[in-house]
Parts: sequence; structure tokens; C-alpha cells
Amino acid sequence: MRLPHDVTPEMFDRALKGFRDAVGPEWVFTSDEDVALYRDAYSPFWDEPEERVASAAVAPANVEQVQACVRVANQTSLPVYPISTGKNLGYGGSAPALSGSCVLDLKRMDRVLDVDEANASVLVEPGVSYFDLYRAVRDAGAKLWVDCPDPGWGSPIGNALDRGGGYTRAQFRNHFDAHCGMEVVLPTGELMRTGMGAMPGARTWQQYKPGFGPWVDGLFSQSNFGVVTKMGFWMMPEPEACLIGRVYANRYEDLPALLRILTHLENSGIVNGMPGLGSPLLQRRVPADPQASDPYGATGIDQALQDAFYAGDDKARALIADRVKQTGRSCWNALVKFYGPEKLVRLQWEIAKEAFADIEGLRAGDPEFYGFPLSDEDLAKVHKPTFGIPSLSVFNFGIRTDHQPELAVGHQAFSPVIPRTGEAIFESNRLFAQVLKEEGLPVPPFHLPGCVWERAIMMITIFPVTRDAETNRKYRKAIQRLVVEAARRGWGEYRTPVIYQDLVMGTYSFGDHALRRFHETVKDALDPNGILSPGRYGIWPRRNRG
Amino acid sequence: MKRAAIAIAAPLAALVLPFVLMGAGRLVPAAPAMPMPDAAMTRGQQVFDKWCAPCHGRGPGHPGTQSLEVKYKGTIPAALEDRSDLSPEITRYFVRQGIALMPYFRKTEISDADLQALSAYLARQDEPSE
Repeated sequence: MRLPHDVTPEMFDRALKGFRDAVGPEWVFTSDEDVALYRDAYSPFWDEPEERVASAAVAPANVEQVQACVRVANQTSLPVYPISTGKNLGYGGSAPALSGSCVLDLKRMDRVLDVDEANASVLVEPGVSYFDLYRAVRDAGAKLWVDCPDPGWGSPIGNALDRGGGYTRAQFRNHFDAHCGMEVVLPTGELMRTGMGAMPGARTWQQYKPGFGPWVDGLFSQSNFGVVTKMGFWMMPEPEACLIGRVYANRYEDLPALLRILTHLENSGIVNGMPGLGSPLLQRRVPADPQASDPYGATGIDQALQDAFYAGDDKARALIADRVKQTGRSCWNALVKFYGPEKLVRLQWEIAKEAFADIEGLRAGDPEFYGFPLSDEDLAKVHKPTFGIPSLSVFNFGIRTDHQPELAVGHQAFSPVIPRTGEAIFESNRLFAQVLKEEGLPVPPFHLPGCVWERAIMMITIFPVTRDAETNRKYRKAIQRLVVEAARRGWGEYRTPVIYQDLVMGTYSFGDHALRRFHETVKDALDPNGILSPGRYGIWPRRNRG
Repeated sequence: MKRAAIAIAAPLAALVLPFVLMGAGRLVPAAPAMPMPDAAMTRGQQVFDKWCAPCHGRGPGHPGTQSLEVKYKGTIPAALEDRSDLSPEITRYFVRQGIALMPYFRKTEISDADLQALSAYLARQDEPSE
């Protein structure tokens, strides 16, 4: 067992005794077998000395027990690392940022405390999963949708705090923006509520976000400043209808205009669901296309075509134009979604088509139209999160297919935020290809993003995690280079696996790392003993800064 | 912290035999199915519905089932609830060790008691060994 450098076995033993007194001995996990369940199953350092591993885990059942555990941590100097459901696989899972920390497993705090259909809001605890919330909303008979990321086993609180995204309307798919009010156990054990919740007896905790005074909620996202034990969320009322339209553009050079029009339509409120881009010619589906559930890797790769998309020069464009003619497949497509009354979404689609018609030769496909509840037939085939239904279907990207007989064992994401332009999509793809080639790794298929955020693009590229240390080393090196090269072009990661968090925080270096110093100042003030998640998101307490 | 090698070795031994036999087309479970009370069966099904069905349910949209379809090519059912060769040891192994993209499950997610109920539920159709 590993402990932090400044924690002795005696301090550790005292901490365990304190935790057992706080939560009961059955909820303190110390055996190798039990603690191994807190390893990051997708760790890019799997089985290597640098793998981040816990020393123990403690699982409180309520806020008072969380407070008690935090106080024990302060008394014994043993760092604790809160997890909600521990399912942010690809970004760190349930393992701590600092080896030897004790995981504070909040999974037992799994109550949906309120479902308010009239206010279209909920109040949840951190151990609630999207599946749990979906069931609770249905059991309450409330016609509310749960905006969820692709894997539905995650926690609305955990995902929002990691600033994850979903698939419905912009104000809901930005999960942190969709929250309204928090309850936080501060690193000293003190309990605080934010927004209107700071007023005893407030009747508008889930109705008005900021409350009074500085709005501090953002400090608890991507940080280690508190243990969030309750969070309210605004929910999307079930719409009368959803219309999904597709437009197709034939020329390689059409991408910038396609995205420019798409962005304007979204910023104007005409397109109000999550749009996305794809390439029928590359057989590259739009992320979250409700009608494309085929596993990634189910079709082969046309390497010459891939190379042409990356190159984009005159010769490449000629090849692409030729293939468009030969195959009858368009070079690009955009998928647009509209939620609302049937009359309105049909009108919005007409308006969108008129806007896209500025692109020469653009073709619009027949739209899909959905009413609710979905039929069983639709339910079986659609991308469920588009309709507020949690699922695990996304894991079909790593399953066996005829083209991918080997099973993936994990993945890690490189996810820079880039400008929302076609030019940036081309440039970033070329950079990714160049770095991977130089590192001797396979170049992934030309990437086209879903547009989770309203005004930026997130180029999520997924790389494998294997059980072979040398392969993992190569990918780690490539990702580290990508982070640095992207930052040179002004593109920064929105979120990253734990092992890259110091590196990424180092790229947000304006003013000689003024932002990191600010984080450290806040950290030292709130957590003087440095017991809460040291190192999470590159924020280290004084005791670890040397 | 590495998994204890000894802890893995025993369940693996339990796994190898049934898989080899499956490859030969004979389905012989590693342990005889035990009769279970209705309440325990219901609990096992609830655990399956909550933790396993999103990936391993019947029909399309279930990646675990899709993957096992490709693996077994119809020789045995791809949906776990339709299997008659899942010994409790096999279920316990995969839940606590994971496989491919499926991570292991912590005891705050699937407790030992729930795992026992789940294992028994998935073994309910097992044929007794000869």
C-alpha cells in the first residue's frame, strides 16, 4: 500500500479508526481486493509505478458523515478524494490524483431529493446516476427530460462538476450551466449552501441561481475546494416534437460556410438542439445521429480518401470531387435538431434550409419527425440521449466488430477547445495527424465534431489505453505533445485525464501562471491542511508544492 | 496498488474450463445451480436490470450483447439472461475484475450480497453438471 510522502502508517491507522467511527466499519475499505476496485480501469499508467492508486476508501451515507470524514482527514492529515459515481472513465475514473489518498466514495448518497415538474428542476445527491434520475422523474410522473452524456451511469453532480456536456438544448446540455444551487462541505468540515440556498428557509433554491454577493459556484467545478453534497438542476420540459434535419454539401471547401451558417442558426435560436457535422463520403457519421447506431469501426477505412481529407490541397480536392461523383455521397453533412411544438419545428426547419441554400449545390434530406413518448420501435434504434434518455450504447465504439476483432480495454481523451470554424477543424486535424505520424502511431480517421458548446468546438479525439506499458507510453507521449502543440496555437483542453492535469493547467499560463497562483491562494485559504483531492485539476495545496 | 495475483488466479481457473468446453460446443457449467428463494431471485433480477441490462440486455442498442454476438456467432446466446452456462464464479469474476471496456464494480455499487443474488439469478438456467 502506498501513502502520501508526509503521512505515516500511524497517521493512516488513526484516520481509518476515525472513518470507522464516522460511517461504520463495513463502509471503510482497506483490503487489497476492495481497494483495487478504486483503480482507474482506464489508467494510462496501468500497473506502472506512476499509476495513481488509493490507500483506502470510505463511503459515507449522508452529509453529516461526509463532514465527520473531512474532519478526520484534517486531524490526521490523510488526504481524501471525493468521487460521485466514479464513472468518468477516460478522465480518471475513481482513482485519486495523489496516490495514497483515501477515496471518499459518495455512491451511497443516492437520493433524488426533489422533482419539481412545475419549476422543471430537480435536487440530487452525488451518488445519483443519470439512470437513477431518469427513473425518479418517471416515477414522479413528471414530463421532464434528463440531459445526459452518452454513458448514463455517471452522476449528474459529478459530470456537471467536471463540466461535461450532453445532447439536448444548449442551456441543458451544458451541465454545469444547467445547475441551480449547491450544498458543499468545505475542507474544514463546515457546511455551506450557495445561491438562494444560503438563506435559511429559502423557497427559491432551484429557481434563482446567483443568490446575493459573489457567485462562487464555479469555484467548485474542476477543483478541489469542497465536497458537493447536493446540487439542483434545471430540466428540459418534454417538447411536443423533435425534428431532425440533414443537409449535404458536395465540395471540400464548403465546410467553413456550412459551419458558419449552422453557428448563426444556433446563436439565433433557430436550431435549438445539438448540431453536428459528418462526412457521408468518409462514412463518418455525425456524432449522436439518432439513426446511426452502427458501431465505430464497423466500416473499413479508405486510406487514400482519409489522406486527401487531411491534405486538402488541389490534388486532394480533385480526388475528393472525383469520389463524390463516383459514389454519389456528399463530402459533408450537417445534422440539425429542433425541439418544440410541431408547427414551430417544421417552420424552423424551413428557415434553416433557406439559410443553408447559400451554399451552391446544397441538398436537404427529408427530415425525421418524432412525437413523444417515442414508440418502442424508435426507442430501440435512436440515440437515446438526444431524447433525454440515459443509455450505455456509446460503448459500442469499443466492441468487437469484423473490422475490429480485438477488444479495447480503455480509452483516454484529448479534447481541445478550438474556434468554431471550418478552418480550425482542418488545421487541428492536420496537426493531430502530423503529431501522431511523428510519434509512430496510427492516424485516427479525419475528425468531425458534435457541437456541444454554443460558440466553440471541442475536438474530442479518443486514444486507446491498453494493458501494454510500451503502447501506453507512446500514447501518453503523443497526448503530451498534442497538449503542448495545441496550446501553441491557442487551443486548450476543456478537461483531461488526471495524469495530464498538471500539464494542461501549465498551458493556461497568461500572466506568468496568474490563474494557477489564484487557485493556489484559494486552495490554501479554504484547505489549509491540504486534505482535499490534492492535485486535482493541477491544483496542489501548500504541503505538496514544496 | 496492484491486484493480488492470488486473488485473480483462482477465479481464472474457474473460467478456463467452461470456456474451453464452450469452444467444443458442449455447455457444462462449472458449478451446479442452487435452488433460490423467490425474493433472492427477484433481487438478483433487480440488480441485473440496474447494473447489467444497459449493456447486456436483449435486443439492439446493448454493446455487451452486440460484442458477444460477434464473439459467439450464434453458438450460444449473446444476452446474458438467456445463458445457461454462467456459473456464480464466472459472474463474480467479471463483476469484480471487469473485462475489456467494462470496468469492475465497487462494493458501494454492487454489494457482496447483491452480487450473490445476481450470480444466482444468472445461474438459474444452468444445467446441473453430470
